[in-house]
Amino acid sequence: MSARDRILAKLRGSQPAQAKALPDLAAHYAPRARGESKAERLARFRTGIEGFHAEVHVTTESDWPALLARLCADKQVGTLMFGAATPAGRRLAGSSVPNVELRPWAGQFEDIKADLFHRIDAGFTQARGAIAETGSLIVWSSAAEPRSLSLVPPIHFALLDAATIHPTFYDALVSENWAAGLPTNALLISGPSKTADIQQTLAYGAHGPKELVVLVINAEGDAA
Amino acid sequence: MSTQARNTAGQPIAFVSAQALRARMHDAVNDAHLRQSFRGAMDFLMAKRAAQFPDEGELDSLRGLSEAIRQYSLTKLPDLLEQLEANLTRNGVQVHWAETPDEANAIMLDIARRHQAKLIVKGKSMVSEEIEFNHAMEAAGVGALESDMGEYIVQLAGEKPSHIIMPAIHQTKQQIARLFAEHIPGVDYTDNVDALIQIGRRVLREKFEEADIGLSGVNFAVAETGTLCLVENEGNGRMCTTVPKVHIAITGIEKVVEKLEHVAPLFSILTRSATGQAVSTYFNMISGPRRGDDRDGPEEVHLVLLDNGRSQAYADEQLRQTLQCIRCGACMNHCPVYTRIGGHAYGTTYPGPIGKIVSPHMMGLEQTHLLPTASSLCGACGEVCPVKIPIPELLIRLRGEANSAPHANPAMVGQGAGYDAKISLLWKLWARLYARPATYRAFTWLATRFRFLTPKQQSGWTAARTPLKPAPRRLRDMVKDRR
Repeated sequence: MSARDRILAKLRGSQPAQAKALPDLAAHYAPRARGESKAERLARFRTGIEGFHAEVHVTTESDWPALLARLCADKQVGTLMFGAATPAGRRLAGSSVPNVELRPWAGQFEDIKADLFHRIDAGFTQARGAIAETGSLIVWSSAAEPRSLSLVPPIHFALLDAATIHPTFYDALVSENWAAGLPTNALLISGPSKTADIQQTLAYGAHGPKELVVLVINAEGDAA
Repeated sequence: MSTQARNTAGQPIAFVSAQALRARMHDAVNDAHLRQSFRGAMDFLMAKRAAQFPDEGELDSLRGLSEAIRQYSLTKLPDLLEQLEANLTRNGVQVHWAETPDEANAIMLDIARRHQAKLIVKGKSMVSEEIEFNHAMEAAGVGALESDMGEYIVQLAGEKPSHIIMPAIHQTKQQIARLFAEHIPGVDYTDNVDALIQIGRRVLREKFEEADIGLSGVNFAVAETGTLCLVENEGNGRMCTTVPKVHIAITGIEKVVEKLEHVAPLFSILTRSATGQAVSTYFNMISGPRRGDDRDGPEEVHLVLLDNGRSQAYADEQLRQTLQCIRCGACMNHCPVYTRIGGHAYGTTYPGPIGKIVSPHMMGLEQTHLLPTASSLCGACGEVCPVKIPIPELLIRLRGEANSAPHANPAMVGQGAGYDAKISLLWKLWARLYARPATYRAFTWLATRFRFLTPKQQSGWTAARTPLKPAPRRLRDMVKDRR
């Protein structure tokens, strides 16, 4: 008998005949899926993530590349890496970002690993959505926007559509039926990396990005 | 393979004996510096947790829901483990099963050897501490480096974590500054916390780049999707599971939930109970290695499912509740004993109240029979537990198992290890006395007359207290006088 069979046999030998009732999550979350407006939801998201030291800029569909260029200049970003095969990536590739080298991700991770660790100042990704309750971005990795783009460079810029902010994490994963198909890596990101491991003193920029900058578009209007 | 000492069940023995435990606790209680740093840290964590639950109704509802999810998952545990294995396998993750720490280490060493790994970089994993992973790898010539800042500090100092969430909570920034200056080439003494973290970042980033394998724990494993969820703030967990070509995750068999939606409430109550954060910086959901046209991520992902005594707890309906734990550490933050002695005095991987109820299953009661007595049964741990584990009740149950006559419960390894025939006889006499009113009256009459015979030395009682002596008059006599 293998370890697997022995463990399962032990558990089966003492497993209760009747499983407990399936927990009712909807009842707990129902009162919190309040009918708030898009603006209120954005405001809650913003308060949350700013509390975790992220920077939030509200802009528009037409203006965000110019704002990103300004922010890059302010933060002295020399090289910005992004995924070229997304709608935002195509916009960015066609924009003028003076004094910043725009570098689309090309090839496999191993090909550009050293650059990612040592020469790229910032990574740009789209956010799939966000969570108002906790101030979290939802980031799904893909071939176009690999997972390390939001992890290795010291600054992470994320583009968020205000219409994709959910009240809670539960609402996001139920309403979009995440269980039907997750990418190899799905993330919630709430601020730049941090630690309080030395004498409970909070310090930012532990192992991941030192700065998280969120550019919010489509904030105007009330249609969610 | 390993040189660790074994108990009769073949399980590894704690690195302190039960006998040494009293001495360690005595020393810890008398260490003013240690007590001050734990008092401060625990007050800080308690206040932060309290601030996360301003609405008692919401807390009650969330605790009830979290308890229900954990209990539901446990009643289906073997089915969920099989479902998890099937879905992980479908996603391209290789699943391994280990009954003992040695088996788990052998599985991981085998993976390391197959990849000719020189360096394994580690995210925070208490299960890896439980199996002494670092030592097993070291003995086989494979480097294992902790990358969580707290764990890195503790490893540099040659220590064990003193808290499951904040491993280096017992160290001051001055101690850490000296440690860094001494062990990291080219680093001068600085006790500026930001500077210290940046030093750690620089050193460990090189290691992430260089490492052959990344190791991580698991906070929740989702059966329906085959997903491993990791909760962290630093980003080192993401590094370990993203950068090296191989990712090995290790977890206890109890961490599985059925549905993806079940992680939402558990994640929320975990971070709020643990560190008083509304959410951690990262919630990392891994559903497989690099595949299709993915450009990054590990090429191989492994999951090691470890039993190590958990199936013993599972076999008993009451003790099964131990496995509801989501490892938030709130029980230790609120424990008056933990706050006074710190995490090291216990001598077990998991300190504090959760350690006292889980360690007996991992190590047997021979080594741990004193642990359940290191409690005032004040009930704080049970009151704050996010999944409502009745920790005080389980402590009483384990005291019973430890002190009952040997062979009373063969299902519990080490049952009866604390049995003392003399004490057992005393309690039997006491029970007889109190069950018979006439005998009890006669006894108290004699006790008041012969109180001068009471010994001055009363074993453990008089170590720190004045001796017990019967009153000169019985209560019943005093009541009679007043009538």
